[in-house]
Amino acid sequence: MSPSSSDFPELMRGYETPPPGHVSGSRLERVLRAGKFAVTAELNPPDSADPADVFDAAQPLGEVADALNATDASGANCHMSSIGICALLTRAGYDPVYQISCRDRNRIAIQGDVLGAAAMGVRNVLCLTGDGVGVGDQPGAKPVFDFDSISLLRAIRTMRDQGVFLSGRKIARPPRMFLGAAENPCVEPHQWRPDRLAKKVEAGAEFIQTNYIYDLPLFEKFMSRARDLGLDKRVFILAGVGPLASAKAARWMRSNVPGIHIPDHVIDRMEKAAKPGDEGKRLCIELIQQIREIKGVAGVHVMAYRREHQVSEIILESGVLKGRATVGGRRGRGAGVPTA
Amino acid sequence: MYRARLFAVRHARAFECIYQRLERLMVTLDPVFARIGYNRVERSVALIERGVKGLLFDCQMCGQCALSSTGMSCPMNCPKQLRNGPCGGVRPGGYCEVKPSMKCVWCLAWEGAERMEGGDKIREVLPPVDHSLKGSSAWLRVSREKAAQLRQSRDAAKTTLAQAFPGARENEPSTAPLAPEPPNAVNREAQR
Repeated sequence: MSPSSSDFPELMRGYETPPPGHVSGSRLERVLRAGKFAVTAELNPPDSADPADVFDAAQPLGEVADALNATDASGANCHMSSIGICALLTRAGYDPVYQISCRDRNRIAIQGDVLGAAAMGVRNVLCLTGDGVGVGDQPGAKPVFDFDSISLLRAIRTMRDQGVFLSGRKIARPPRMFLGAAENPCVEPHQWRPDRLAKKVEAGAEFIQTNYIYDLPLFEKFMSRARDLGLDKRVFILAGVGPLASAKAARWMRSNVPGIHIPDHVIDRMEKAAKPGDEGKRLCIELIQQIREIKGVAGVHVMAYRREHQVSEIILESGVLKGRATVGGRRGRGAGVPTA
Repeated sequence: MYRARLFAVRHARAFECIYQRLERLMVTLDPVFARIGYNRVERSVALIERGVKGLLFDCQMCGQCALSSTGMSCPMNCPKQLRNGPCGGVRPGGYCEVKPSMKCVWCLAWEGAERMEGGDKIREVLPPVDHSLKGSSAWLRVSREKAAQLRQSRDAAKTTLAQAFPGARENEPSTAPLAPEPPNAVNREAQR
């Protein structure tokens, strides 16, 4: 006798309809639409098959974040898959952001994975082009890039809103996802970055998480142009921040990780610090406080690679939560709509 | 050739004019091609196209030419083959993340688009490449597609892909074709 859905009431919770005015059942979407300053955090994916490693990594971040990003082999380095991490996180009551990179999978795999992720309770997706395979741990791999981030956004939006695959085949229950994309305001071509952001919004992006912002004047210029284009009204922009470990690490990132711009004065400040770790944290807090004053910024996205232990202090000391409970935390501890 | 590519972007406006004329010519020739059979002319036109565009744009014969929407900078030369670039990995000075000695194809594209009259087409979202059309003539495809568009625009709502990328379909019909493909234009290798 085969099991039916009624045999697993806990696992087979129905596919809920999004609240009115919402595109998904995502808690991140609820926070953003409620006008709260949102906090998301990047989870460092384990090189392990043990679920406990995912929960251990998520625990300190969930206390202060509304949603947790599961990276998809970022920097072309192999780790546990983002869909696997997301499935574990939803079971534990977190609100994950499922990152999809176009580097490793073609349109058949990606559209299928989107349905799989939605079925596992994932409600946020971040569409990325992905770094080239050459910078990763397996540079001989075949780069796929069947979609790019923008055509991927349009594909998922088509699945969600039209209820069909790109082939036109019908989807019985379309995936209700809150659509996100990345943006890198501080790298060239600076003058076209806001225009490309407009293209992402046109393709379907509803929230944006930017790459690291260390150059505030550049970011302010970007935001002012984005406001001129009316983008701050059409998309929630979360600025990417993260604590630097040391001047040496900052220099290494700048020259080895694609798309990272760190101005010299930031590196100088790290160099002169007696305790670089604390200075990196202080710098990050200052950046968050300055970023939140910029008109059109809806939140911050904290990427603290190997410095996850600092995330909760950074967010709490920056004061951006204003004492509210975040909704990324586990079920029963701050889950649901914030009332404050 | 890399230098010819840079030249094409610098003179994007001139190439835009040439392309507009070529397109009009191809559309005018549609009845002729249809009479002879698109299937029969496919090979020879593709050969000429490969030669000309290979020299000027480092064309890779994707069969879904979007040059008029990409500032006359061929997106197939982007190592990630983005159709909506540039990515976030562009190096200082506008150089490619993957090939640091090459100018970013998409930085050039936005530059070229600025010089063109219809440069705003670059703001339209382009669909992913259909790999089954690789090696076939995009010129003939434009001829068929535009002619078909003129004949019956009502068919334009037929496929989902075309509905999902309506602007791209209008600007660069070969990127979201709807007219029946002659057997010669379809790469059977890729379909298998």
